[in-house]
Amino acid sequence: MLKRFLEHAGIEPERLQFSWISSSEAGKFAELAREVIEAVRKVGPPKKLVKGRAEVS
Amino acid sequence: MGRAERIREVAKQILEEKKVDLVIGFKKGTHPLMAEPVSIKDPKEAELLCWDSFCTLNLANYLPKRKEKIGIVAKGCDSRNIAVHIVENQIKREQLYIIGVPCEGMVDKRRILALLHGRECMEVVENDGSLIVKGEGFEQTLTRESILRDNCRRCMHRNPVIQDDLVAWPVMERAEGDPFDDVKEIEELGPEARWKFFTDLIRDCTRCYACRNACPLCYCPTCFVDESEPQWVGKSIDPTDTMTFHLLRAFHCAGRCTDCGSCQQACPMDINVRMFTRKLNKDALELYASEAGLSIEKRPPLDTYRPDDEGKFIK
Repeated sequence: MLKRFLEHAGIEPERLQFSWISSSEAGKFAELAREVIEAVRKVGPPKKLVKGRAEVS
Repeated sequence: MGRAERIREVAKQILEEKKVDLVIGFKKGTHPLMAEPVSIKDPKEAELLCWDSFCTLNLANYLPKRKEKIGIVAKGCDSRNIAVHIVENQIKREQLYIIGVPCEGMVDKRRILALLHGRECMEVVENDGSLIVKGEGFEQTLTRESILRDNCRRCMHRNPVIQDDLVAWPVMERAEGDPFDDVKEIEELGPEARWKFFTDLIRDCTRCYACRNACPLCYCPTCFVDESEPQWVGKSIDPTDTMTFHLLRAFHCAGRCTDCGSCQQACPMDINVRMFTRKLNKDALELYASEAGLSIEKRPPLDTYRPDDEGKFIK
């Protein structure tokens, strides 16, 4: 539900990904980490939900 | 006998018979277009109780963690939130005497105010199906249908789902139309358009938390916005913080929200925050065939695992 909800709000779905990995599946974990990093890199730096420093005049 | 008289009668009786320590209902508000929640302990105070088209707030908001025996006036949505509270252990069924009120919808005071164009409303007289709004030098008749609240227009459970007494015959549930066509309209937009929709929606938010305070589901002893170690979300009206607040509060209501509309009703900026929770309500129905609070026997959808739950999103 969270995935659908954030996508509905306009946030790129690649930024939130789920997987079931046990602590003994190190290979799968590493592989998935690489995949997600690559997918997010393709989407690019976030432009939504970005909080900048408050500007003081 | 009308609903108001019957509510007064039942309240007086259960207080006299000491079945409850107090009764929570509505009384006439300080403004003709509003009813105010009231808590009465003396049977003589039952005369204060009213029932009209302005009883918009959800009285289940006053139940969590109370220890007394409480009589509570509940329309369809309110009764579902009472069921949610019982399932979530915020109140025990034995503590409650639920005075159920079959509801044909409450009226949106903002629509009335818009039609008045700045003229002050001094009195409202209700007839079957219409309201006469009166003020100095004017009188305007409006049909209930034309000024119903949006959530009442889409309501799928007008009759209480749990009660100890019903003050009127059950009313017909809505028969036609798609209650979620407002969500579908947004779903059909592209991601940038959707982001713009939600950003514009909360542009006026002042972070007063009236929506959270009015919501029966929001009973956490320390709300995530009040947490400072760690501070999950900033307190200012920075657009990112505000969006985070609304997204996260809606998600905390996922699968529990009954669309009672108290959040929208309480908002001083008239923001339709229901557009966040309605998407979650639609998904809960589609993914888990679940609607909040229909039974005190069922666990909430995000509490339950079934082997056939949709899992394609898990890699």
